[in-house]
Amino acid sequence: MTTMATPTQSLPDAQLAHYNPKSESAGTKRVKSAIFHAVALALTAVVLYPGLWMIASSFKPNSEIGGSNTSLWSNNFSFDNFVTAMDGIGGVSTLQFFTNSLILAIGAVVGTILSASVSAYAFARIKFPGRSIFFGMMIATLLLPFHVVIIPQYIVFQQLGLVDTYVPLLIGKFLAADAFFVFLMVQFMRNLPAELDEAARIDGAGHVRIFTSIMLPLMKPALISTSIFSFIWSWNDFLGPLLYLNTPDKYPLPLALRLFVDQTQSSDYGAMIAMSVLALLPVLIFFLVFQRYIVEGVSTQGLKG
Amino acid sequence: MTQSPTLSRRSAQSGSQLPRKSRQRGADARAGYTFLLPWLLGFIALTVGPMISSLYLSFTNYNLFEPPKWIGLDNYTTLFQDERFLQSVGVTVSYVVFGTPLKLAAALAVAMLLNSKRRGQGFYRSAFYAPSLIGASVSIAIVWKAMFGDAGPVDQGLSFFGINLGGWVGNPAMTMPMFILLTVWQFGAPMVIFLAGLKQIPNELYEAASMDGAGPVRKFFNITWPMLSPVIFFNLLMETIHAFQIFASAYIISNGEGGPAGSTLFYTLYLYLRGFSDFRMGYASAMAWLLVIVVGIITLIFFRTSKSWVHYSGDAK
Repeated sequence: MTTMATPTQSLPDAQLAHYNPKSESAGTKRVKSAIFHAVALALTAVVLYPGLWMIASSFKPNSEIGGSNTSLWSNNFSFDNFVTAMDGIGGVSTLQFFTNSLILAIGAVVGTILSASVSAYAFARIKFPGRSIFFGMMIATLLLPFHVVIIPQYIVFQQLGLVDTYVPLLIGKFLAADAFFVFLMVQFMRNLPAELDEAARIDGAGHVRIFTSIMLPLMKPALISTSIFSFIWSWNDFLGPLLYLNTPDKYPLPLALRLFVDQTQSSDYGAMIAMSVLALLPVLIFFLVFQRYIVEGVSTQGLKG
Repeated sequence: MTQSPTLSRRSAQSGSQLPRKSRQRGADARAGYTFLLPWLLGFIALTVGPMISSLYLSFTNYNLFEPPKWIGLDNYTTLFQDERFLQSVGVTVSYVVFGTPLKLAAALAVAMLLNSKRRGQGFYRSAFYAPSLIGASVSIAIVWKAMFGDAGPVDQGLSFFGINLGGWVGNPAMTMPMFILLTVWQFGAPMVIFLAGLKQIPNELYEAASMDGAGPVRKFFNITWPMLSPVIFFNLLMETIHAFQIFASAYIISNGEGGPAGSTLFYTLYLYLRGFSDFRMGYASAMAWLLVIVVGIITLIFFRTSKSWVHYSGDAK
């Protein structure tokens, strides 16, 4: 403050402001912004590197993936790895694995949307004895390590002859077993004005009418986040298929990839990585298309990735 | 037109208010349980039932082919003499204890960096979030294994700086740092949640603190940390519970064996091997119940201690 007195008088206004700690000059702002972007971009490079490395490697010949060649670029980029990867493994084509993954993921989305929305309506909009106890139990299952149920579940499905079918993988989706989605929809419905139901009730509408013609249309954002996340979770699921599926022609992509790792063991690295890219492709496309929904969903509902 | 029927209905109601209300209540109860049916069925058949039967199985010897044989607490006592089990506990605990705080610290630091009105914020947020969506997949486990393998890009990059560690995948001392990096890489999900929390903190608090001459460190500890504490608590609880359950990456990176030298034998991987390779399902059930108990105790401790450091709005700040 004291040093400002004499020199500032000769300085132009813009620079004078520079000495004032309260309002920053355009210059400092630009420097700060440059530092921010430099740090953020450096971090982006680190965070995206594994993905870029994966994509670059999938186009490289095997000899260039390991070894002394560390650059992402290569002069020998080709689709050869993808051609090999599309052949599949164990006599099953990769297209078949894709179809299997798709059937499971679509089944998961349909089941979750149907069962979670109906159950959430009961929790959020109907008063009945025992509701708060069941709600508490539902929350508790969010924190429960699911490993405690897989062994008895497996035994039951095995006795019913349902091992090596998709039933054990899908039945939970139709019974709202992913409590997170029920919770998400309950939170969403609780924020809808109560006058909506009251008005509908006075007009003589029952719960079925209120649910289908008032709640469901208003719940669209929650239904979309649920669909996106249940699709991606099912697409990436590994433990479920590993436990229940035995025949390769029923495998979804993650299990096919494991088969690939087991059988090729570093002999065809390129094809293995190409197949990893193919397996992630739908998730990446989903992310690019719906990133607003996904990131907003995480920030407002605390959804896990 | 619309008023008269409502009025007449209302007057009819007032005459027989009690029976109508209780009839309504009965109808609601019926509707409530009907709508709840999918969840209720799933809860009983897929959660409560299996939990009870795995508790029972944990006291038996069961291999899926012969009927279970009651052996009392034998599974539990054997567990604590089983070196591989103790190793799997050690691996998992060090992963949770080091990985989770590091991941959350990274998430909070980056969230604070991004919490300003600058251009490109949305882009960075999405880019940093992306790994959380794919990090637990088999594809990324394969990539991680390749990147940290002998002569992989990580080894090459470190050699450039004169650090010669060789491949991390085959080195029992380096597998844990590799898994911790994998979880820290997925800092995006908690970061996005932190960012939403930071946006809720009124700017006036920081302005007032600046007026009083508080520096960035004091602002962090006296404003950011207490105001964000519910979000920190939520992230800490969810990430900790989640970390105990890592499976796919461990399975793929170690070829389903937990090697080298048992250094990637995570708890759930050992549980899977015991239950579904050796078909020692009683033993695996005991492991599962132990996990439930430990996670339950940790959750309880978190909630108990939270009273001293988590401030919800409306509390004295």
